[in-house]
Amino acid sequence: MAFISLNKIPNINFMTFRKVGYALSGLFIFLSFLSYFTKGLNYGIDFRGGYLIEIKTQEKADIAQMRSDLSRLNIGAVNLQEFGSDRDVLIRIESQDDGLSENESQEKVLEKIKLTLGEGITYRRVETVGAKVSQDLVWNGILAALLATVGIAIYIWFRFEWKFGICAVIGLVHDCIVVIGLYSLIAIEFNETEIIAILTTLGYSINDTVVIYDRVRENLRKFKKRSLGHIINLSLNETLSRTILTAGTTLLALFALYFFGGYVIEVFCLPIIFGIIIGTYSSICVVPFLLLLFPEKKTETAGL
Amino acid sequence: MIYIPRWKVLLTIFICGLGIVYSVPNLLNKSTLEYLPESMRPVKLGLDLQGGAHLLLEVDTQKGLVDRLNDHLDALRRGLRSKNIGYLNLKSDGQVITFELRDSSREDDLMAVLSDVENIFEVAQEGNTFQLEFLPREKKELTQSMVRRSIEIVRRRIDEFGTAEPTIQQQGSDRILVQMPGVDDPARVKKLIGKTAKLTFHLVHRDNGKHTSHQTLPSGTRRLKSQDAREGSILIHRRVLLNGERLIDARLAFDRESQKPMVDFRFDNLGGRKFAQITSKYNVQASPTENRLAIVLDDTVLSAPVINTVIRDRGTISGNFTSREANDLALLMRSGALPAPLEIIEERTVGPDLGADSIAAGKMATVVAIILVGLFMILTYSFFGMVANIALVFNIILLFALLSIIQATLTLPGIAGIALTIGMAVDANVLIYERIKEEIRNGKKIVPAVDSGYNNAIATIIDSNLTTLIAAAALFFFGSGPIKGFGVTLALGIMISMFTAITLTRIIVSYWLQWKRPKKLPI
Repeated sequence: MAFISLNKIPNINFMTFRKVGYALSGLFIFLSFLSYFTKGLNYGIDFRGGYLIEIKTQEKADIAQMRSDLSRLNIGAVNLQEFGSDRDVLIRIESQDDGLSENESQEKVLEKIKLTLGEGITYRRVETVGAKVSQDLVWNGILAALLATVGIAIYIWFRFEWKFGICAVIGLVHDCIVVIGLYSLIAIEFNETEIIAILTTLGYSINDTVVIYDRVRENLRKFKKRSLGHIINLSLNETLSRTILTAGTTLLALFALYFFGGYVIEVFCLPIIFGIIIGTYSSICVVPFLLLLFPEKKTETAGL
Repeated sequence: MIYIPRWKVLLTIFICGLGIVYSVPNLLNKSTLEYLPESMRPVKLGLDLQGGAHLLLEVDTQKGLVDRLNDHLDALRRGLRSKNIGYLNLKSDGQVITFELRDSSREDDLMAVLSDVENIFEVAQEGNTFQLEFLPREKKELTQSMVRRSIEIVRRRIDEFGTAEPTIQQQGSDRILVQMPGVDDPARVKKLIGKTAKLTFHLVHRDNGKHTSHQTLPSGTRRLKSQDAREGSILIHRRVLLNGERLIDARLAFDRESQKPMVDFRFDNLGGRKFAQITSKYNVQASPTENRLAIVLDDTVLSAPVINTVIRDRGTISGNFTSREANDLALLMRSGALPAPLEIIEERTVGPDLGADSIAAGKMATVVAIILVGLFMILTYSFFGMVANIALVFNIILLFALLSIIQATLTLPGIAGIALTIGMAVDANVLIYERIKEEIRNGKKIVPAVDSGYNNAIATIIDSNLTTLIAAAALFFFGSGPIKGFGVTLALGIMISMFTAITLTRIIVSYWLQWKRPKKLPI
């Protein structure tokens, strides 16, 4: 006996809501651009270069004291953050502009910090990213997202029709913009992990879209006389329970990671969680209806 | 009745069994693992999980090319002198060598000298002015060999250093990735890698000690700082008498009387002969004014002993070293000089306890994810949910088996990838079950409903998962180490979930149908 059950096919009239979806997405995109161009992204060390040091103190860390000690070192802006337990501290330092080689300035900075913080501290993680590497990371990230999108478009074009491919790509671009906008809005530190989150979002969102398109294609064959709008609406309803269930299990797993996976994984999961939610939204409320923007070839159309 | 060919059933069972066998090493501890055959190994852990240092080095090929050009400049100067060809303004600006021929009637002789380098340089002539520039092909070859040689030398230095299982590989055109598991303070390794370690022997100038630094230096000399603080700096002849390429060995040794650490070195045959020549020409008896030999490493004079007698193939450097410094110096001398300076452009170090914490947290999160998703599936599909959960467990087993077999590296994002796959893995089953429900709603009998549910869902499963695979492939090809790990687990997870949904759950469901012959599907 199943407890959670969607035994009847729902009959939600998505068609009438589609304009709400458009408006909402328009608003999201507008806000995303607004935030992106006014607030910008909070680039982390992967993209800006710099140092990230994770330390563990023996007793409760006195962040305020550490902050004032370190800020006197003349090593640029120092950012301290407690995470996990009250003995774990993350220290972020900007790239040094001291004319020394990457290696020398890192050594200098580390030495200064070790001297200032004194004994009894475990250096659990030290990361240094040079400016050159960070440029490459940005470029690789953009390239990966672009190639994934093109690859997906080509695949859909082969398996479906070209207009399905175009609509899917519009959907992916929408997801990208809104996800990046959200990162900007809530000032998530933008690192290589956020690129992964975007790519994962694309992968997940397209998965949803394809399942719905697949049903649209099938229903187009089955009900040759109905209008495209009607068929999209029917297909959405037929696949709705699957869309929700899969999003549910995926989010369950992600929340498990978020709450039990430790700091690094937590940072990694949050953007993916946002991505999955946005991807699911766009696959249901926006992308299917984009098909309506292309002229129908059918002569007989029955209104919805 | 749904008919599944026997071979398919057996193959599926065989694959699942294989999965169990190959995933088992991941549950065992090190000592038990030794009893297993070589092919059964646990998953390789990334540096972020086992702790260690990750260094990305860049070979300064521009600087290397400038050095090579200067070598050629010296050779050209020697060539012109030996043929008595007059020249003016022989110099290099780092890109090209230029000079003027004093007497244009010697052009034929000059051409004879230049013919030695005609496959290396492009020679341009304007009146009496000559310009030599590396041919593009030569430039490319030099750069490539520089990077190759740098990798070789970095490998030698790290191997000598005794790090367990280091990874040293080329990345892109001029970068070297060095990964050293278990090293959590790479400062000493970095010092060793970063040193060019160019070793040369020069004669100390007779005016050493007379000149202070503001006076003009005698021509053909340099003033270099000395390792020995008492001496400050030393005036040496620029001319290289002998260089470190002829060394065959260098070891830490201790002075017999003072017990101070020093470096013992040995030359090969040719080097030994040259060394004997030098020391017989410049020893105290033969050359009363200039008889000190400066041993120079990267523009620092390590020591400048007086040559007392003729020395053949071995010598010692007794600077003011600690034994660790002497040991490192010997190591650098043994491993040879880098052809170009190396810069460390990225460094990530993870302490071993952080790695262990990450693994523990990752395990915990994965287990919680499995339980939550499992419960959710049972609540939604009851019996069929159980079937999906069996598939889920096998997904994880097969994933670990595959990761172990291909010896992929499991990283922290990779663990996130596994947990994410758990969420997405049930998707294939959800698609199938929803389809079966629909078929039943459309009035089909149970067995045909299940049958067409599976058949109709497969196309959807393949289409939707293949597009996700494209995104995972992009992650794999463009991401750096940890991200590659995420791409791998995600891609494998998707493929495995397709396999289990299409074969394993189908077999279980069909046998269950034959056994129970239910009137109504508990779905």
